[in-house]
Amino acid sequence: MTSDPDGPRTHLSGDGGSVATTEPTSSSDAARVSPVDVFFKNLTRTAGLGLLALIAAIAVFLVVKATSALNANTGHFLTTTEWFPNASPPFFGVAALLFGTLLTAVIAMVIAVPVAVGIALFITVYAPRRLAMPLAFIVDLLAAVPSVIFGLWGLLVLVPRMDGLQMWLTDYFGWIPLFATDNGAVGRSIFVASVVLAIMILPIVAALSREVFLQVPIAHKEAALALGATRWEMIRAAVLPYGKPGVISASMLGLGRAMGETIAVALVLPASFGISWKILAPAGNTIAANVANGFAEANNTGRGALIASGLVLFIVTMIVNMAARAVIARRREFSGAAS
Amino acid sequence: MSTTTVSSTTGTGGGLALRGQKLPNAAFPVIAVGAVVLTVLLYLVTSIDSTIQFVLISGVLYLIGQTVASVLVEGSRRAADRFVTTLVYLAFLLAVIPLVAVLANVIAKGVGRLDVGFLSHSMRGIGARDAGGGIYHALIGTLEQIALASLFAVPFSLLVAIYLVEYGRGRISRTISFFVDVLTGLPSVIAGLFILAFYILALGQKPSGFAGSLALTILMIPIVVRAAEEMLKLVPHELREASYALGVPRWRTILKVVLPTALPGIVTGVMLAVARVAGETAPLLLTIFGTDSINFNPFSGPQSALPLYIYSQAGQPQQTAVDRAWAAALTLIALVMLLNVVARLIARMARVR
Repeated sequence: MTSDPDGPRTHLSGDGGSVATTEPTSSSDAARVSPVDVFFKNLTRTAGLGLLALIAAIAVFLVVKATSALNANTGHFLTTTEWFPNASPPFFGVAALLFGTLLTAVIAMVIAVPVAVGIALFITVYAPRRLAMPLAFIVDLLAAVPSVIFGLWGLLVLVPRMDGLQMWLTDYFGWIPLFATDNGAVGRSIFVASVVLAIMILPIVAALSREVFLQVPIAHKEAALALGATRWEMIRAAVLPYGKPGVISASMLGLGRAMGETIAVALVLPASFGISWKILAPAGNTIAANVANGFAEANNTGRGALIASGLVLFIVTMIVNMAARAVIARRREFSGAAS
Repeated sequence: MSTTTVSSTTGTGGGLALRGQKLPNAAFPVIAVGAVVLTVLLYLVTSIDSTIQFVLISGVLYLIGQTVASVLVEGSRRAADRFVTTLVYLAFLLAVIPLVAVLANVIAKGVGRLDVGFLSHSMRGIGARDAGGGIYHALIGTLEQIALASLFAVPFSLLVAIYLVEYGRGRISRTISFFVDVLTGLPSVIAGLFILAFYILALGQKPSGFAGSLALTILMIPIVVRAAEEMLKLVPHELREASYALGVPRWRTILKVVLPTALPGIVTGVMLAVARVAGETAPLLLTIFGTDSINFNPFSGPQSALPLYIYSQAGQPQQTAVDRAWAAALTLIALVMLLNVVARLIARMARVR
């Protein structure tokens, strides 16, 4: 199996330009390096450094604009579950928001990853060769749907459709704390939001996993089949072990994406505050959704508070993304098989 | 998942036969029909009435039936194989269901309201309850904002990609490449918050289409850098060497040989990036504020945008507003899909040559 050069490009690589360009060595007369050449090289390097400056600026300005609001805060920013930054004195904290962010993202990942791995296996191993790329394209189309449309669809179509399933879950599995509800009330819940998020991260995780599965050496797969393995045994012995770091990395990138998703969650969740494990109850909020919901009525301190919560989101997604890159980078070092 | 042992169990069939017993081909349709019938019975007994759940429940029942039959006849190894095969097909089906459902719903609910009047009128003076109104102002906003964002992001991203591929060695280059990846994972709302903190709060500017396009620029940069980088790496090295051999300086080689060769791929990448940011709502919410009136000038006064329009209309309880949201969603999805398909066509045509 060869990697299709036209497939949607996904990037797990941590290292950039590793193409070995031979320098146009002009050792005989160094004067032939023209000033324009030097200028052009410096221009591109300035752009590169500008990118680093951009990231630094994002961090700096978020911190600067968050501090005055944080100083005015009468609650503890990390442990308070309420959000009244517009009141005087302002009283707010990200605890409930961060909890909701992590909970929705983790549930979304739990739903999406097995399905995404299934899709990746389907496209790389099971689907007829001719159909593989068109089918991959169909899954990629899912990634092209704007998040606001998922939100619209989630709110107006999926929420009513999920009522049956949610009521069934709470009726029969309500004894599990996660599926408990207050008097059987279900609706715009964490669970539905997670399903929407799962649909949104599905194509990302599937595409990255597919890339890794395509890199599995054919010799490994053929060796397994030659020993009499069935297709599933071949997958277990050759494809999954090789692809594991890639799948883990892809899942974490999906997790990061799910945590940062704003509008779809803002439309689906009712934006309530408080920490509750009842994922079927109509409640919940996330950092990103709270920014979208709370921005319109935010005063100066309110905006600062939203920026402060955004800073928390920035840090958390940054950690998740870096960890994801680290996992795949380590694989690259050890196996030496990736091109 | 399954708890089958794979290690050393041989087929339970005849000891001398090279291949164990196999389920007849006719068995599978029979199991499928059985699963569907069972689901119908389940629907009659309980109070479930969802078509999607019908498909899923019958799929699970089929999976169970097939696995049991296979374990009994073919042994556990082959049963495990069949089990996973069906599971993988179901996974793919599970991904196609939401895509079809979203597209079908958007088309079905949006097409009734979508007409020339809808595309050519703004929302000025239209209340949520009123039947009229349209997306003209939002369409103008979106087009201007993504045009400005591309204008800022593409040259900058190309320079970064050229640096990474043609010049970059060592620590700086690796750091830049790493932070391109970090930027890829940046939540779009953070880009909006940054422009809010930097441009609107720190610099004291008013919200405008320009502020929105700055936020979109940040989101476009990593996508375009990665796409351009991939394409520049694909340019055969012989082309560069041939150019150097003719005495062409390096910068001219890059601009006249390397870039034109990689151009179709870069165009594809740019279009995919545009499609991606055209649907972004969160950063615009914080930077352009939205308006009901037509504003052609992205540099002064609040503007609207298609995704923002959908968001504000979807939040209204009135059916007339919701209808407008669906029609606008159909317009947006058509725009984004068009960009996607054209981008991939360009990539395909370039590959043939």
